[in-house]
Amino acid sequence: MKRKLMNGNQAAALAVKLARVQVVSAYPITPQTTIVEDLADMWARGTFPGEYVSVESEYSAMAYLIGAAYAGARSFTATSCQGLAYMHELLHWASGARLPIVMVNVNRSMGAPWSLEPDQTDSLSQRDTGWIQIYCADVQEILDTILLSFRLAEESRIPCMVVYDGFSLSHTYEAVEPPEQEQVDAFLPLPPGEAAINPSNPQNIQAVTDSRYLSRVRQELHLTMEKVPEAIKKMENEFYKIFGRSYPLVESIGLDDAETVIVTAGSMGQTVKSVLPSLSSVHSKKGFLRFRLFRPLPDEDIAALLGNAQIKKVLVIDRNLSAGAGGIFAQELSALLQGTSFQGEIFQLNLSGGVDLTPDLLNKALEKIEGAEKSRDKIIWGVDL
Amino acid sequence: MFNTQVGDFSREEFMSSGHNACAGCGPALAVRFLMKAMGPRVVVVITASCWSIISGVVPLRSLETVVMHCPFPSAAATGSGVKKGLEALGDLQTQVVVLAGDGGTFDIGLQGLSGAAERNEDILFVCYDNEAYMNTGMQKSSATPYGSRSTTTPDPMLKTNPKKDIMKIMAAHRIPYAATATIAFPEDLISKFKRALETKGLRFLHLFTPCPQGWGSPTDKTVELSRLAVMTRLFPLIEVEDGEKYTINYLPEEHVPIEKYLNPQRRFRSLDQEEVALIQEQVNRDWEKMCKLTAQ
Repeated sequence: MKRKLMNGNQAAALAVKLARVQVVSAYPITPQTTIVEDLADMWARGTFPGEYVSVESEYSAMAYLIGAAYAGARSFTATSCQGLAYMHELLHWASGARLPIVMVNVNRSMGAPWSLEPDQTDSLSQRDTGWIQIYCADVQEILDTILLSFRLAEESRIPCMVVYDGFSLSHTYEAVEPPEQEQVDAFLPLPPGEAAINPSNPQNIQAVTDSRYLSRVRQELHLTMEKVPEAIKKMENEFYKIFGRSYPLVESIGLDDAETVIVTAGSMGQTVKSVLPSLSSVHSKKGFLRFRLFRPLPDEDIAALLGNAQIKKVLVIDRNLSAGAGGIFAQELSALLQGTSFQGEIFQLNLSGGVDLTPDLLNKALEKIEGAEKSRDKIIWGVDL
Repeated sequence: MFNTQVGDFSREEFMSSGHNACAGCGPALAVRFLMKAMGPRVVVVITASCWSIISGVVPLRSLETVVMHCPFPSAAATGSGVKKGLEALGDLQTQVVVLAGDGGTFDIGLQGLSGAAERNEDILFVCYDNEAYMNTGMQKSSATPYGSRSTTTPDPMLKTNPKKDIMKIMAAHRIPYAATATIAFPEDLISKFKRALETKGLRFLHLFTPCPQGWGSPTDKTVELSRLAVMTRLFPLIEVEDGEKYTINYLPEEHVPIEKYLNPQRRFRSLDQEEVALIQEQVNRDWEKMCKLTAQ
């Protein structure tokens, strides 16, 4: 297959076109802007046949899709940081109403102060909105994950957020295999052919309820979420047969004999992977684990990978922060490893604010934990190294 | 005077009894007329407001159509999305009506409404205005008039700012059709609903709907207060086409003083003669300005 050079945002726009999305509504925000520009351009030239609506805010972008999805249309938007936060109440609404909307969030730091750096706290702040969240590490993965997300969202009736780092993925060019339309059509069913609502079939959709009914709604969302990891595994098998590529729920390298495991998410995974062989030559043997699926949390898969007595130390690299508690992936990891056979110590390298993960910085952090016995209450700050 | 004859009133009801409105509810009556005018061609998007409750709590339903609820500021965008989604799926017939209170229109929903108006989305946005946040117990909105008591403008700190002029705001967007109507003039109201349905693009209806609970008026005076609002020239029945062509649909023959309207309402009971005179002057000025607009 012919490979093409494209950046993360171009790959996202191409995926939306290939997915035959019926309604896009969006509002521009750096570093997401070029996705909506690409889509608008394709729409203007007639190569994207769906509806494209340039609304007056991110809030209305998501509200618009809630309406379009109520009507039954395949719907997409993309945003970043403040825009995602501005949508917040609607994210709860979309998952509560079980609308299969797909959204890209390009990670960028939340103000104040203003910044364009790729901090992950924007999407992680939406952790509890009932959306599926998948974090991508390269441009091909962005394209493939968006295609997967439409099928996943529509089969589970849970909205899906595809997340990747601003600039280091959104604006960085990599060689990508763009799928053929026929391949996508073979994997992803054609979008709905008729409206989901009709005045001759009266309904009162999302009307006021009592606590017991609402609790059932929440319970059903959770139980469906729990089935998502297995569903993804099956879909990835099919994806592999059609496209020759697939992705695990959790990416890992060398965990069978590693003593120190480096854990991260997003494009930092690429950095860690690329320097892993050189890291292992000094001190202890190193392994690598990357969160890809974050909601639902594939806790059993992660526990099986890390529940290994020879693992002594885990270094979680968080480019995000829950002030007063620490890195968010580190907290999630600590919680899910409770009661497993994991006996090691969890250390944190915090790069909040979007500090760049360089091999040098990673080496310094590893040196810090090499001699340390206990990790309690100690965050290694990237800016201190 | 009116386009619609009494004979045009549909005998069919698309709103059932057993709904959750309070006794004497203006918005309930307005929507009953709206549904009569619309018939079975519409779906209704309702934002947080009294109608979130009146439409029925699970598993009940008071409207004979599809009703979709949406978060408070999102009414115009969600309604526009429903219409666009229906179009994308080949349904070009079904009309989308958005129902919002004055809070969801004048206050928290204004940005989304302005955006939808600028894009000229093909929806009918209906604001039923009972001049405060009534579903939560009468807190002040920007539709609350000067001199009104509310639970957030309690005595003696009555509302000191005038009501926002939503019709001028909507006209400034140059939308194809905007009109005011009220329940004491059902022929006018139904003819405007029908006219709105026949128009393409964003249509806006501002409905004056008294609330006995909030206004502190007898439940059997709702229609009378609605009529007095028009007769005192406080709430002119008008149409605005393309943001330019103003028409006054009803010219009150005699000049009814504003006290007639204010006095039956407890929310205005703290007003002294001087303040009532100020309100009368404002009403007179606004009426003159409106007459000038229609003369152009």
